[in-house]
Amino acid sequence: MKPHALRSVLALCAAFCAAAPAHAQTLTPAQLAAKAKAENVPEIPYESVPNFLKLPPNLYLGEGIGVATNSKGHVFVYTRSQETRLFEFDQTGKFVREIGQGLYGFLFAHAVRVDKDDNIWAVDEGSNMVIKFNPEGRVIMTMGRRPEAVEGLLETPPAANVPPAEPYLFNRPTDVAWDANGNIFISDGYGNSRVVKYDKNGRFITSVGTKGNGPTQLNLPHGIASDAKGNIYVADRTNRRIQVFDNDLSYKASYTNVGAPWSLCVTPGPHQYLYSSNSNPDNSNSEIGAVTGEIYKMELDGTIVGKFGKAGKQLGEFSTTHAIDCRNENELLVSEITAWRVQKIVLHPAAKAAAAK
Amino acid sequence: MKITVIIFVAAALAAAVFAQSVSEIAYDSTPNLLKLPANLYLGEAAGVATDSKGNIYVFTRTGSMLASVGGSRVFTRGGARLFEFAPNGAFLREIGQGLYGFLFAHAVRIDPQDNIWVVDEGSNMVIKFGQDGRVLMTMGRKPESVNVPAREGGGEGGGRGRGGLPGAGIPGDNFNRPTDVAWDAAGNIFIADGYGNSRVAKFDKNGAFLKSWGSKGTGPGQFDLLHAIAVDAAGNVYVGDRSNKRIQVFDNNGSFKTMYTNVGAPYAMCISKGPHQYLYTSNSNPSTSMDNGEIYKMELDGTVLGKFGHAGKLLKEFGTVHEIDCRNANEVFAGELTNWRVQKITVRP
Repeated sequence: MKPHALRSVLALCAAFCAAAPAHAQTLTPAQLAAKAKAENVPEIPYESVPNFLKLPPNLYLGEGIGVATNSKGHVFVYTRSQETRLFEFDQTGKFVREIGQGLYGFLFAHAVRVDKDDNIWAVDEGSNMVIKFNPEGRVIMTMGRRPEAVEGLLETPPAANVPPAEPYLFNRPTDVAWDANGNIFISDGYGNSRVVKYDKNGRFITSVGTKGNGPTQLNLPHGIASDAKGNIYVADRTNRRIQVFDNDLSYKASYTNVGAPWSLCVTPGPHQYLYSSNSNPDNSNSEIGAVTGEIYKMELDGTIVGKFGKAGKQLGEFSTTHAIDCRNENELLVSEITAWRVQKIVLHPAAKAAAAK
Repeated sequence: MKITVIIFVAAALAAAVFAQSVSEIAYDSTPNLLKLPANLYLGEAAGVATDSKGNIYVFTRTGSMLASVGGSRVFTRGGARLFEFAPNGAFLREIGQGLYGFLFAHAVRIDPQDNIWVVDEGSNMVIKFGQDGRVLMTMGRKPESVNVPAREGGGEGGGRGRGGLPGAGIPGDNFNRPTDVAWDAAGNIFIADGYGNSRVAKFDKNGAFLKSWGSKGTGPGQFDLLHAIAVDAAGNVYVGDRSNKRIQVFDNNGSFKTMYTNVGAPYAMCISKGPHQYLYTSNSNPSTSMDNGEIYKMELDGTVLGKFGHAGKLLKEFGTVHEIDCRNANEVFAGELTNWRVQKITVRP
């Protein structure tokens, strides 16, 4: 779109958008429910690096569930393959190694994150465990416990009848974050609806959340991130809001205009940004996919800076984004469930600024 | 809520009350004891034992128990592995890779002839290996197939396998989630059996069934989750009666002698060698908490000499200790479930 055309759309929008978005009548009720409430969000120009990850012959990613980078730019991908597996690539996307092959805690990948000391943390939704590897790839701490296979299959309790949360056990945990002191924050998860804080040695400190949609209640906390001050951002996915807590897990704020936050990340550095993905559903519902799939860039206070992307299978489109790494503010790594891939996304916010002039 | 708090406080008091007068024993833990090759990992260190050369054996729950769908039945395999390490922790070898009886590790013990015995709670088998790593004898039989889900009867010890009704103490050759093995000087075999069957079974050294005793309950000679077993030089049998929070002592033929009720829930026990034997027992923390976790050193008569350690994830802390080895009186190897680790503890009494 040429700059002058964009301006006329904006002018048109200035006339009506506040009262009734021009296209609203064309959306189905389901689409209206799924679409993010934010309007007139600037698009951030971006590109996706083609064929970023290079795998050896006969090694495949399955669902690209978790992605994270370490301080050297190495990329860790936690994937639901035939087995759940954790792979490391260098900053150019070249395969380096597998970590945790055959690990007792690897059943159904959910998230991988790298802490400030380059330890690698895997969150497994099947084994109900959070596993900390040192940079060499050896296990140095485990949290939660895999249910004993010898007890047979545990029946999934009805949603209304989830047993009380135990301090040291998880029920389908989803993500992990840390504050500057090394305290550990875990979003737990599909089964329990809470966030738990542990000290750096894994001792329980406090938790927040029960299932529901009131303040401090959660309905599928699916991602978690912390800022430099130790505030905790929780992707309250089914409630379609980001909840912000202070370091003691007291409620601070909710951001409700960026759709269903499947995944969050906070950039490092003096000016931190929050990215959040309003991912399209993993059942490939194209009706909903048409109004979802974009990723938002926000200030920590919830002000939206811009957005980019849409649902789809092509390079640069997103197929149910499940994790975002934003160690580098303008070079994101995005893992997708349904496309079985990880994309390296390069943002060009300066180009947008130039075009707008 | 109030009731919960009261129960919690009462439980905490009950757990703390016996421990106050016990002296603390100084101890160290060797950092980074076991060195594994790249991409080989311990899972839950259910079993640990040493042989006469000081080599360390670890029976671990790792990988995943796999089910193959075969017509109308489901067949299971995998989920447990046995590794051997040198005394300095260097990895030596895997024993029994792909073994039919390896499903869910519970214990490994080394007999006086350095044979390696594993107790598998999933296959309901006790398997004896020679030093060459070959199978010398098998006890019990793996169920041909396991229905999924197989949680019958409800609660801990829900029936699986061939032991009859849960807790019935059915005598005979087959096990229902066995937990541990020990021998007397004549080579008779004592098996703690276990989660399902609540009995001690005695076999001769060739594996012929001699007798068994016990059923589920709280009286003398009854058990609620017998989780560990050890035999002293005189042939007395010490049983870790875990959920009853007591150690029961029997003579060689199963006659009740005494019990020790002041050292918590005995998740793991061992008796040292030599002329003056000691009994170690671990009051391990359940995986749901970081309470307890201390290990007691006792005389065989039950006198508590001291204790060391507590629950936690750091070196010298314990994460649900599941088996201990104390071939040498002041050297305790502890296999931890929740920390996926084996620690070598040097006790400085």
